[in-house]
Amino acid sequence: MIKVEHLVKKYGDRYAVNDISFEVRKGEIVGFLGPNGAGKSTTLNILTGYLSSTSGKAMVDGLDILEHPMDVKKKIGFLPEQPPLYLDMTVREYLNFIYDLRKCKLNRREHINEIIRVVKLEGTENRMIKNLSKGYRQRTGIAGAIVGNPEVIIFDEPTNGLDPKQIIDIRNLIKELGKDHTVILSTHILSEVKSICDRILIINDGKIVADQLTGNIEGELRGNRRISVRVDGPCERVLAELKKLTGVVYASIGAEYGDGTASFLIESQNDVDIRKPMFYMLAKNNWPILSLEFPGANLEDVFISVVDESEHEQKKGGNK
Amino acid sequence: MIAIYKREMRSYFTSPIGYIFVAIFMAVSAWFFMSNTLQQGEASSPGSYFQLILVLFVAIIPLLTMKLMSEERKLRTEQLILTGPVTLPGIVIAKYLAAYTVFGGSFAVSSVIYYIPLSLYGNPNAVIYFCCAFAVLLAGGAFIAIGVFASALTENQFIAAFSTMAMLVPFIFASTLNSYINNGFIRTVISSLSVTSRYVSFASGVFDWPALVYYVSLSGLFLFLTVRVLERRRWA
Repeated sequence: MIKVEHLVKKYGDRYAVNDISFEVRKGEIVGFLGPNGAGKSTTLNILTGYLSSTSGKAMVDGLDILEHPMDVKKKIGFLPEQPPLYLDMTVREYLNFIYDLRKCKLNRREHINEIIRVVKLEGTENRMIKNLSKGYRQRTGIAGAIVGNPEVIIFDEPTNGLDPKQIIDIRNLIKELGKDHTVILSTHILSEVKSICDRILIINDGKIVADQLTGNIEGELRGNRRISVRVDGPCERVLAELKKLTGVVYASIGAEYGDGTASFLIESQNDVDIRKPMFYMLAKNNWPILSLEFPGANLEDVFISVVDESEHEQKKGGNK
Repeated sequence: MIAIYKREMRSYFTSPIGYIFVAIFMAVSAWFFMSNTLQQGEASSPGSYFQLILVLFVAIIPLLTMKLMSEERKLRTEQLILTGPVTLPGIVIAKYLAAYTVFGGSFAVSSVIYYIPLSLYGNPNAVIYFCCAFAVLLAGGAFIAIGVFASALTENQFIAAFSTMAMLVPFIFASTLNSYINNGFIRTVISSLSVTSRYVSFASGVFDWPALVYYVSLSGLFLFLTVRVLERRRWA
């Protein structure tokens, strides 16, 4: 549905986007994740035809955005970082304006009422946008992006500045939209991608540093497995025995509790499961296991390690 | 394009701007009209009245054009219309036409109304009268194009308004400079750029084709430049 090839955007000498390539299939919800200033918004702005790329191609449904701007723009609904609202219009007038702007063919009344219902703007539809709260303005922006039922919807930081309840509402709404639209959303909030997206693209410093299905990303990107175990036994001896297990690359005392128990953090090689040998070893020594946790690497860790890694590589590259 | 035109028209009259423009224009033009034709008893030569009107438009046309582009940029609504299925020339022309409708509409109405007392109490020359009015309509079009261009250069409405005036003043007063200049070549250049010297032949009732071309191409040039400014920003 969306295909981006070797996209480059330069502002003066600075690369905002540096040779990005990716594909989004029909019906996917893809999360664009990256720290501030990574090039997320720039990429999305190029996809929607607001900015031009310095080089490279961006295609929607097989049509190049530069060669067929009108056809491509009809297929895309866009919510920019700051929702583009005319403050002197009411919500309904605003949606009607976009309806005209996009030259929609759907039944006007039905379609706009449907959008107002889906985005939960009932009751505010005849209020001036300038009198709405941030959350409702954001919703109005989202409503604007889905007028005309575009095949692709692009959200740039859709939950920015909303309260937790609104964030959950908007996320559910996006998930709902993802059922019959192709959705791209950018964010710097990790839990957001995790809860909404099928696939994650991590972008840092204008480059894509990871492209993974959401389910895989946490396990795969991390080299080692981590276990946290609480044991009733003499700390130092337990630690020494744990370190002796095959496959363990690192072990330390996480916390000592006053009752003679302690928790240990153990990291093992990715391909070794140490839980069984560990159980037998502790049982043999008569040190009961009180709890066993698999903290895994969470998205935050993955994100930071991926971003660090790419920065590290760039430094190495720069020294060559 | 129609959507943008409709939105601009609506925004003129949901904000005070449209009313302020029409009110100032009606009040000042009526006063100019009264003191220059009725009180002078010059029903047959309304030329000086229309020349004053041109000066009035230098002051009030920026009111109409100042926010056309700058406001969109400031509120980021530009992102909405530029990512919609509308071409850049379409956007610029829609906005131009909206401003022109307000300007042209109020001017045309006033011109027709003012003709009534003239014909009641005197013997005005209809050809000269409406030729002059037509020339003002053309010149106003050029003024608006310049205003649209200035508005595309900045995010600030007031800067847009003042730079529009700064650009319009030379066009209006260029010909008065000529009396201080001896060099024939420079005089020719200045008078061919001047909006008022083009206007003179209309005032004598002659339909001046080169002047028509001049006004229309001046509008076209500045609308084209506006499109280029928007285009350039995309590529920057």
